[in-house]
Amino acid sequence: MASIKKPSVDAVLVGFGWTGAIMGMELTDAGLHVLALERGEMRDTVPDFAYPRITDELSYGIRGKLFQNLARETVTVRHNLGDTALPYRQLGSFLPGDGVGGAGVHWNGHHWRPLPDDLRLRSKYEERYGKKFIPAGMQLQDFGVTYEEMEPHFDRFEKIAGISGRAGNIRGQIQPGGNPFEGARSNDFPLPPLASINSALLFEKAARELGYHPFPQAAANASKAYTNPHGAQLGPCNFCGFCERYGCYNYAKASPQTTLLPTLLHRDNFELRTRSHVTRVNMSADGKHATGVTYIDAQGREVEQPADLVILCAYQFHNVRLMLLSGIGKPYDPATGQGVVGRNYAYQLNSGVSLFFDKDQPMNPFVGAGASGSVIDDFDGDNFDHGPLGFVGGASINCITTGGRPIQQMALPEGAPAWGGGWKKAIKDNYRYTASVGSQGSVMSYRENYLDLDPTYKDAYGQPLLRMTFDWRANDIAMTQFISSRCEQIAKAMAPKSYRVNARKPGDHYDLRVYQSTHNTGGAVMGTDPSTSAINRYLQAWDVPNVFVMGASAFPQNFGYNPTGMVTGLAYWSAKAIRERYLKSPGGALA
Amino acid sequence: MSHDSARRGFLRRSIAIVPATAVAAGCSPTPPPAASAQPTASAGNATPAAYTPRYFHPPEWAFVQAAVARLIPADAEGPSGIEAGVHEFIDRQMDEVFGHAAIWYTQGPFADAPPEFGYQGRLPPRDVYRAGIAACDAHCRQAFDGKTFAQLEPARQDEVLAGMETGAIVFTDVDSKTFFGFLLQNTKEGYLADPIHGGNRNGVAWQMIGFPGARADFADWVGRPGVQYPLPPVTIAGPQA
Repeated sequence: MASIKKPSVDAVLVGFGWTGAIMGMELTDAGLHVLALERGEMRDTVPDFAYPRITDELSYGIRGKLFQNLARETVTVRHNLGDTALPYRQLGSFLPGDGVGGAGVHWNGHHWRPLPDDLRLRSKYEERYGKKFIPAGMQLQDFGVTYEEMEPHFDRFEKIAGISGRAGNIRGQIQPGGNPFEGARSNDFPLPPLASINSALLFEKAARELGYHPFPQAAANASKAYTNPHGAQLGPCNFCGFCERYGCYNYAKASPQTTLLPTLLHRDNFELRTRSHVTRVNMSADGKHATGVTYIDAQGREVEQPADLVILCAYQFHNVRLMLLSGIGKPYDPATGQGVVGRNYAYQLNSGVSLFFDKDQPMNPFVGAGASGSVIDDFDGDNFDHGPLGFVGGASINCITTGGRPIQQMALPEGAPAWGGGWKKAIKDNYRYTASVGSQGSVMSYRENYLDLDPTYKDAYGQPLLRMTFDWRANDIAMTQFISSRCEQIAKAMAPKSYRVNARKPGDHYDLRVYQSTHNTGGAVMGTDPSTSAINRYLQAWDVPNVFVMGASAFPQNFGYNPTGMVTGLAYWSAKAIRERYLKSPGGALA
Repeated sequence: MSHDSARRGFLRRSIAIVPATAVAAGCSPTPPPAASAQPTASAGNATPAAYTPRYFHPPEWAFVQAAVARLIPADAEGPSGIEAGVHEFIDRQMDEVFGHAAIWYTQGPFADAPPEFGYQGRLPPRDVYRAGIAACDAHCRQAFDGKTFAQLEPARQDEVLAGMETGAIVFTDVDSKTFFGFLLQNTKEGYLADPIHGGNRNGVAWQMIGFPGARADFADWVGRPGVQYPLPPVTIAGPQA
């Protein structure tokens, strides 16, 4: 047992990124004494993201100074049930955050609300195409919450984060130049869209001529100076080109640091303890009630922290792992299909085209922002007819320039040598003249893609690692093949000198080496049926009502967008339910 | 930053900016390995101080320099890897987070795996270099009349590098493809990273490709299609070149 026992708090937050900061604000507002436990370091704009040190591609972009330290804890991965999983030993495919602000420090700031259909995906597909359309083994589910219920919470986050964008649908009225497929919004974005970068101007023209509906990517990169409802001030983005994988030195990218912490960290009823690694949620003898958490402090001591309410706000993997380690909810078994924790893990499947232009068309790729560019949503969600295509899901297609950092973002034409004089000539000839058209594709949930505890590998504290069983399935490959053909069509219309298509093909396996996205989802899925979801529609654990689980672990499957808009919207939705209903009868089930 | 390097930084900032073409013209041929601990001068700059490797032993150091000289050779296109100080970068990386695999998961058991799972070996990169260089030199001595890699003709060196790249040359203690992979990755990093890490000396590679480095403020360069960005690079330590 822990040698140190701390005084009890009303609520303990495990992890202190976006959802932790939102919960901290909302629950201290309600008068609770809230403690946040963060396994990583304290981080703030100054000194941690200060210019010019932050513009160091090697330290941040390549070596991953702001990411999770895998030496302490990682996941193991296998492609299929019969395989032996191996550790994700070095960062590649995805980049979980670490430290105050979590992955909300190093994200790009692409802001999306899900489509109304995304939240009732099984119902939608069954209505439009019939039950038989959904392949055997694909475990599509509705979220259990509607777009209309979520709308005020999406709106709330957009105002907190100072999102720059152009509305496509205000209270049912389609707006010119916005996304005509988006759900009705109660308000326009608080800031106008970012200015267009060179390649996005070409993309927009090409997409429009092809009959598609381009619009500016909504960005958590402020297009103008902005003061949010908490009084936090954002400065205008200056297109520095160091956004994803970096903290923002310019106070322009929305992060917990720039939007919530200036207020929250000064509240008397809020406490933050960094370098506090939670190892389990402590349970009552009957297993029906959490009594707090146990963590390892900065000095390596085990500490018991009692709390009335335990809110898991860690990254998707860690939430699921803590539930499994603590015995919250029944673990999922792919053999029987029974159990819920670990069920419906999903990821994303991206493809794209690299474009190479003539010397008279410099693209200045280093002029970039995390979310600057143009997008179409014509082939996402169920915005197009899937009937003749025979697959479920889709992708948003974008032309976004995040920067031209030369180690990581050097695209070269087909056939360019990997080294030697030919490589040097290729980087010299192409660097300034490249652009890309990319897609962010949905991945569905399947019976065999899931998370459990690894039987062999342990973390630095001797606890089993989380094991991921995942590979691309035929539906996902069909989706990405179709989407990459659309990307190619648009790329061609942009009239480059040459281009190169990058897309997964049948037989390709999930590859841990190449960055794809940090949008891991599922494992602690929300829903209305306790036999297929680990948490209810208010993110409350079905089996342990004083535990709530935030984050993308709640998604029953993944859509073709960045998850932060839905993740933060759900945190506000859950916080409202806790404040207005749970606190009136603590320990009670909300659904 | 030491007093000396601060002074050098000041001197660089005081020197007029040299156009990229002058850098290309200032390229020197690859120096012979024995003498190349002292890199050739970059255009417009005082010759940097001699670099003494911290990690690599002398025969290993000869290999690293020779390999870098072939992976990014001297020619009229732009600076060579040696001129950019890539060998110094690689030596310094051996004592950094990368060399020690400090933030990688390094617990066993270890198993052979398909390439999609990434490097699954038990050695940290610095040990892979040590074993890889020894194995490569042993291979060269046997195949080429007792000569080490560094002593071979450039064309022969390219053949050996290509043999490791494809795995056609097989080593017993270390995987030749893995070793080559780290070597090539670090060589490119050293060429294109900020000069604070010891490579890309004075931002020479950035000048060649047209990356403005740490300027990181392009608010007035958004939406100007067809116009080449005009300013030369700056680095974290300030203006260079």
